[in-house]
Amino acid sequence: MKKYLTFFEIKFKAGFQYRIAALAGVATQFFWGFMYLLLYKAFYEANSGSLPMDFEQLSSYIWLMQGLIMLVFVWFWDFDLFNLIESGNIAYELTRPLDLYTMWFFKILSARLSKAIMRFVPIVIVASFLPEPYNLGLPPDMLHFVLFVFSLALGVCVLITFSLIIYASSFYTISAYGMRMYVAIIADFLAGGVLPLAFWPDTFRHVAELLPFSSIMNVPFMIYIGEIELMRLPYYIGLQLFWFITLLIIGRYMFSRCISKVTVQGG
Amino acid sequence: MPQISLNNLSKTFIIREKLKGKHTGIKSLIKRNKREVHAIKNLTFGINAGELVGYIGPNGAGKSTTVKIMSGILTPDSGSCTIMGRVPWKDRISHVAQIGVVFGQRSQLWWDVAVDDSFDLLKDIYRIDESKYKKRLKQLTETLDIGPYLKTPVRQLSLGQRMRCEIAASVLHEPSILFLDEPTIGLDAVSKLALRQFLLEENKQRGVTMILTTHDMHDIEALCSRVMVIGKGELLYDGKLKELKRRYTGTRCIHVSLDTEISNVRLPFEIEIEKTHEGYNFFFDPEKVNTQKLMSAAAEMLPVNDIYVKEKNIDEIIADMYREMSI
Repeated sequence: MKKYLTFFEIKFKAGFQYRIAALAGVATQFFWGFMYLLLYKAFYEANSGSLPMDFEQLSSYIWLMQGLIMLVFVWFWDFDLFNLIESGNIAYELTRPLDLYTMWFFKILSARLSKAIMRFVPIVIVASFLPEPYNLGLPPDMLHFVLFVFSLALGVCVLITFSLIIYASSFYTISAYGMRMYVAIIADFLAGGVLPLAFWPDTFRHVAELLPFSSIMNVPFMIYIGEIELMRLPYYIGLQLFWFITLLIIGRYMFSRCISKVTVQGG
Repeated sequence: MPQISLNNLSKTFIIREKLKGKHTGIKSLIKRNKREVHAIKNLTFGINAGELVGYIGPNGAGKSTTVKIMSGILTPDSGSCTIMGRVPWKDRISHVAQIGVVFGQRSQLWWDVAVDDSFDLLKDIYRIDESKYKKRLKQLTETLDIGPYLKTPVRQLSLGQRMRCEIAASVLHEPSILFLDEPTIGLDAVSKLALRQFLLEENKQRGVTMILTTHDMHDIEALCSRVMVIGKGELLYDGKLKELKRRYTGTRCIHVSLDTEISNVRLPFEIEIEKTHEGYNFFFDPEKVNTQKLMSAAAEMLPVNDIYVKEKNIDEIIADMYREMSI
């Protein structure tokens, strides 16, 4: 386990070299947060009757999304890994006495966690002190908070196992740029990153909730704002577990096939 | 049983090419020519513990492919390869813990962080004991002279500085076998000498088996007693460097520069004359023409300013050999 923790340490150090970038990221996230709030504000004033959640809940959802953006959006690829594949430096990765899939799982986790920490803290602090109803509120009770953390962790696992499948696919193409653009846009949309799934028409929502992407963002955030009844929780958590394990098995299979067929070109 | 043994190893790559000719633009979107490239064919050799072997051949001969198979990165199509009792691509994880690999054209250090952070990571990956690690790092810092760079982010290092750090990274875990794929590429004279010195010491003191691929024949001359030549995927020579040199230094050359221009240089010997901008090169077979006689005849018959036997450069020998083997 220790060797995987070192990845976190080194990613954190590397990330820390780009403090200004993190700062700029925080500013961007605030900008987006406020923009969303203004947009929904107009929305809510025009039609306050039939909306699926209170404005306070929506504010919390938006601030969670902005603060945890690195842990819930597929969009943030680890370009180091694509570079390893495209430049052929993967050769060095394969000379390490580690399982490639596990190593990359922890590399992605480390990269995302180290970036998340630098962005999360300032956003949460500022967003908590905003005037109601624009602030990041508290979950209904302690149990919901604990369940939120647990579900978020599962969501991150789903996110990483999903992206590892995309990394594996890029073994087959020289440049995976196009594919990862499409995949990220679709995945983040289906996860509720543009419009929370709760706002979707029922049929679309029911389908989207079954897909792995809902497990990444929708489920933990809905738990936090208290929109999922405790009775229904085992179902949602079970779905998260199901997707984590399924994607893990698919990804592992793809990696083992890639490794046996890998060709490192040149030099 | 040798430490490394390859038996009839073969690896073929399939290259997809664009269709040739006019009006193939749209067709080539869906159809491409397949071409098979036999990177290595029926390669067989054995290497004993502690040997320092030079592995040479022209570009695209299959050197890197062999190294990649031996380091567990590539899976061959047929044949067997056993290294310290293991099959590299089957027992990859336990195999690579015992070996070190240097790819001169690639980097294993983390670009954004200081060199010693990368070393720390490797320490954890290879589970190197803390006290052992400190000792080893101290030794490597001294012999490779990398002390001043340990705290520098890798992106700020020059190629030579970085390369020395790369080598240190590859041997931190004290591997018993070291594969070096063009480690001296792009290095200046000082870095090259330092590197060769280091490799020799590792080999002598710790008995590390090394396989070195390079295009720099001086690396081979300085380091390797045994040379293997590969061309078009086949092993063409395996033996001592001296023997290789003797075999391919067939013709000898005497260089002559003259005081005054002479329109037609002729000597009563079976020689081939080449005019250069500095004078003339006489090529001959030393078994047919006596060098001393030729030289005194030349001095007598021509207005000689300077005359000397030209030692054939190792690069020329190898180039001749590649030509002769038509690889």
